[in-house]
Formats: sequence, C-alpha cells, structure tokens
Amino acid sequence: MRKFLAGISILAGLLGGAARAEDTVKIGYIDPLSGGGASVGEIGLKHFQWLADQINAEGGLLGKKVEILPLDNKVNPQESLVQAQKAIDAGAHYITQGNGSSVGAALEDFVTKFNDRNPGKEVLYFNYAAVDDALTNEKCSYWHFRWDASSAIKMTAITNYLKTKPDVKKVYLINQDYSFGQGVRVLARDMLKAKRPDVEIVGDELHPLLKITDFSPYIAKIKASGADTVITGNWGQDIALLLKAAADAGLQANWYTYYAGGAGGPTAIKQAGLVHKVFDIVEGNPNSAPESAQKTETEFRQKFGVTLWYPRAVNEMRMFAKAVKEANSLDPKAVAAKLEGMTIEVFDGGQGTMRKDDHQFFQDMYIRSFGPLDPGAKFDEENTGWGWKQQGKIAAADTNVPTTCKMERP
Amino acid sequence: MLEIITFSTLNGVLYGMLLFMMASGLTLIFSMMGVLNFAHASFYMVGAYFGFEISRRVGFWPGFVVAPLLVGALGALVERYGLRRVHRFGHVAELLFTFGLAFVIEELVNMIWGKLPVDYRVPPSLDFVAFRLFDTTYPAYRMFMLATAVAIFAFLLIVLKRTRVGLIIQAALTHPNMVAMLGHDVPTVFMMVFGVGAALAGLAGVIAGPALVTQPAMAGLLGPILFVVIVVGGLGSLAGAFVASLLIGLIQTFAVAINVSLADMVGGDAASRFGELGHVTVAQIAPVLPYLLLVLVLILRPTGLFGNRET
Repeated sequence: MRKFLAGISILAGLLGGAARAEDTVKIGYIDPLSGGGASVGEIGLKHFQWLADQINAEGGLLGKKVEILPLDNKVNPQESLVQAQKAIDAGAHYITQGNGSSVGAALEDFVTKFNDRNPGKEVLYFNYAAVDDALTNEKCSYWHFRWDASSAIKMTAITNYLKTKPDVKKVYLINQDYSFGQGVRVLARDMLKAKRPDVEIVGDELHPLLKITDFSPYIAKIKASGADTVITGNWGQDIALLLKAAADAGLQANWYTYYAGGAGGPTAIKQAGLVHKVFDIVEGNPNSAPESAQKTETEFRQKFGVTLWYPRAVNEMRMFAKAVKEANSLDPKAVAAKLEGMTIEVFDGGQGTMRKDDHQFFQDMYIRSFGPLDPGAKFDEENTGWGWKQQGKIAAADTNVPTTCKMERP
Repeated sequence: MLEIITFSTLNGVLYGMLLFMMASGLTLIFSMMGVLNFAHASFYMVGAYFGFEISRRVGFWPGFVVAPLLVGALGALVERYGLRRVHRFGHVAELLFTFGLAFVIEELVNMIWGKLPVDYRVPPSLDFVAFRLFDTTYPAYRMFMLATAVAIFAFLLIVLKRTRVGLIIQAALTHPNMVAMLGHDVPTVFMMVFGVGAALAGLAGVIAGPALVTQPAMAGLLGPILFVVIVVGGLGSLAGAFVASLLIGLIQTFAVAINVSLADMVGGDAASRFGELGHVTVAQIAPVLPYLLLVLVLILRPTGLFGNRET
C-alpha cells in the first residue's frame, strides 16, 4: 500500500512537472559554459536570461513565462546535438546558439532533419553569432534564422569603409586556419579587388586556431611586408595576443577586425597604446547609441558588470516576442512564418529586416575605433578608461549581399 | 630579409629562454622522481597571477621577487603533503595526481581571477624602446626577460656544478638510494628541487605575464611544448634542456617566416599528389614542428640529444 501511495505521489509529481513544463516557453541556450569558450558563453547566457526576465516582467508570451535552459556544448558540434536533443526532450521548441560556425552548421542540419521527421513538433534554431556564410547560402534552412551579420556583410561594410580611406595602400591579411578564417580571407581578397583595385595585398597568412602564445614572429613578417593596414577575423585570445605583439614591435598599422571588442581585446589595445587605430564592425555602439539603448546598456552593466555585447540578442528576442504576438500562437511553424520578412526597430535605432530568401537579418552596421573616451562618452571597456567611438555607419541597404539560398519551404 | 632574420633570431632566443626557465625545473623533477609533472605549467600560470596581484598593490619589482618565492613555497608544499603521500602508490598515482592538480589550479585561477585576461602591465621603468633596428622597435622589457633567463641559467649551472648542494642533487638523480645511505635526507632534497623548479616556473610566469596575456588558458598552451623540450633535450640534462629550448624556440619562429610550400619546391603537379598537404606553407605548420621533432627524436635517439637514459 505504502509503495502504491509512493508510486502515486511520484506519478503525480511527474504529471505536475509535465503540466508546469507546458506553462513556460522554453528556449534551449546551447553554448560553451565550461572550458576555453566559457568566458563568452557565460556572458551570452546572461544576455538571454535577462531578456527573458524582461519579457516575463511584461506578462510573458501569450501569458506564459519564458524560460532559458542553459546547455553546455563545449564548442563541440557532437556535444551540441546531444544538448539539442536534451532541450527538445525537456519541451523546448526553440534553441539559440552563437559560438562557432562549425556548431552552427551541425545544429542547422540537425534541426532541419528533425523537423522533416517530426511534422507538428517543429523546432526553430535562432543563431545570434555563427557568421559563416554557408549557413545562409548552400546550407540554408527554413528553420534557421540569423541575427548576426554574416561574414560577407561584415567584410562588405569594412571594404565599403576602406573606399573612403585613400591612405590605405598595402593590406596584410592574417586569419585563423579553419573554415571561418579561410572564408574571411577569400572575402577580403575578392572585395578589395572589386572596390579598391589599387590596394596591394602584401601578405595572406593563416595561423593555427587558438594555439599561438607569441605573435612576434608574425608581426615581424607583417612589418617586413611594409603593410599599412591589417585585416583579420581573429577572435578570442588570437586577436588580443596579436595586438599585443604588434605594440611591442612598434607596428603602427591600422587594424580592421571583426572581434577586437571581445574578451581581452580592449585591454590589449589599451596596453598597446593603439589610439584609434583598431577598428571593428558591429551592429551597435554604446557610446553613440540612442538614449533608450544607452539606458539599457547602463542597467545591464550595473547588473552584470559586463558590456552588452549582443544587441543582436535583444533584436532576436524582440522579434520572437513580436512574431508570437502576431501569430497569436507558440507553434514554431506559425512563428517562423511571421519571422520571415519581418521588419522591426532595432536596439541601436533604425530598421532591421529578416530577409525572406535566406533568413539573414539586415540592419545598419557601425565601424568604430578604440581610444580614450571623448568628453561626454559614457562607456569604457574592461575598466580601461578607453571606449569605442563611431567612425562610420553603413546603411543596411549597402550591406545587401546576394545569397545562393534555394529555400525549401514546408 | 635581414630584418626578418634578425628579429626572428631575437624572438626565437627569447622564447627559447622562457621555455628553458620552465624546462630546467621540469627536467630535474622528472629525472629525480620519475614523474612527469603535468602541473608544472600551472606553476608558471600561478606565478603570473601572483605577480599581477602583487604588482597592482605594491608594484612590479616586489612581485618579481616575492611571487616566485611564494610559488616555490607552494611547490614545496605540494611535494611534501601531496606527491610524497601519493608516491607510495607508484608512478601512475603520482602522474594522475599532478594531472588532477593542473585542473584544480586552473579552476581555482578561474574562480579567483575570472576567465578573462587580467590587466598585467609592463612596469613603467622598463616600458621603453631598447633599440630600433630597420625601423622595428625592440621593447626593453623583452631585453629584460632575456637577461633574467640568462642569469637564471648561469645561476643553475653554478649551483649544480660548483656547489655541494649541486653535487648531492646530481647524485640523487642517478643513485637516490646510495645518497640516502650516505646520510643525506633525500626526501628533503626532492622537496627542495620541486620547490625550486616551481619557483623557476613561477619566475617565468612573472616575467612572461605582462609580455603575453595573463589568462587561465596560459598553462594549457605552454604545457605540451615543455614535454617536447625535456624529451628532445634528454632527461635530467640541464645542457640538453637548454639546447632543446633554444632549438625549439628558433625552429618555431623561423618556420613562421618561411612562406614556402611543397608545391613551390617540387612543382605543383608533383605536390598535388599529397593533396591539401602539398600547398600548406611551412609557416602554417610551424606550431606542429616541435611535435614532429619529438617523434623523430623518440624514434632515432630515444635518450634525447644529451641524455643518457631511455625515456
């Protein structure tokens, strides 16, 4: 009898749990929460939890609370698929991920196949940072949406900006030796050729990913090549150490980067004393953002002690909420149909659109440089006393890169 | 061309000397206790963080002196209360102990100082340009690193070859039982060697911290290459560690400067037989070369360049 009662109570508990589970909208957050990528993954998680809290404070989505499920993938594609399955088993119909295009490709593939096999139980993949162009070109999927600007968009923005810089004559390319870095190198070569045929590419380097401790030998090579400008897609310590070595050798080149703003980058630039010589390309700059965004930025920094790195995550959650509202449903298929082609006011001002053809988001992009804060500028980085300053704005229309995507719609 | 050769040599020698500061302790510990100390690079990292912590409170120079001493004390404690207890369960247990210790230290560093790099600066007194050659500057701090490493090498050489302590250590390397029979306290000698080895790694960390980025991954990045150094140099051989360190430092920096691929040397058609490999430049495979060297040495000369024991 006692056993029976215990069994009943466990069953009741399970049912209760299941009932509760249906009361929330679950989003599986699949990113590194341990190991080398944890410093980035943790900060990303804070973004999403904070954004979910905001939606919940306003009553949630169709009366249901949003819940973020943190799942550690160790930047490993294999591990990510296990975690994606776990998220689905826990009742999530939405997953979001950002770090590593290799992971992004695996998840996109997984979600597409899963939805083929399980009609009526579809899962959507919201990508906030995996920028390999393949994800919205040859591999593109109806179930994948990307809010970060793809590699091609970023390079278009950088090269458009370089058109206005006639003093750039000799360019050196240095990138990480894997799919993303190789992609950056090809894009840079092609776009420079088209937009600045006078520019000479004096070096084109690939180095092992996240394995170099001292970049001095590479800097010696850059120096010897006589380059006045370096373009790199390096991220993580590969950008921080590269900048540091450049400072040591007194290399006074300009740096056009994707990710100099990442962890450790600002500290290295400050140490190197490269005043407004390091540029990056982003979808929002706190020091020149509209007041509403600055207010949010301040709140975020006060709460977590870190920069709001991902304005795109804000856009992602805003659009998700809007799509749910317009569809008046939490069914992923209905949400996906609303997200396609949707236009919203983005976090940093202006309109942004989710292009229907390939599910790539387009918005104004900003070129900014790092240096001592101007009077009136509010935000520094990593307590250096230096901050980002907007140098150029590239309108969304000017970043409209073509796609080869042949979207298969359900 | 001359410019690249000059700076590659300088950079290579500097990197090599930094490796040597760690490899010297590791090789002595390895040959004495038969333990590959996986946590050795962790002491290097701890040194950097101690140096950072002290430098931001009282300045770089106190940190330069105190941090290695602290790391040395930490190393001695690890040997006395950790390794010595584990020792009786054999080498595998010791190996696993140091392996686990490396993870523990990394996690502790993560918890205390966070996962992001810390702002460990070159001291203002050394923050100037030492010289300018072919329009490239060479920072004074790097010269200081070089000088420190050379001084440590000289110090070790004198202690090991010219003093009574060195005599006992050398004897304990090969005949620990005989040395114990003669009335020397071998466990204490082990503890001292382990402590000094850790202190040297700590010192390397203190001086390398501001030049490279001080972050939790720094131990993991340098660890594997240290094993290459001591195996290539020969176990227990200080001279071997020295030569191997310089060799690997120079190979790595010079390889980066070489943009030649197999295709350039033998022609595209012949190279295409190797597929992708035929078009990879030497610069791209630079970081792999030390490991290639490791494999070759193990096949052709298992005792290492200067060693007289089988690995």
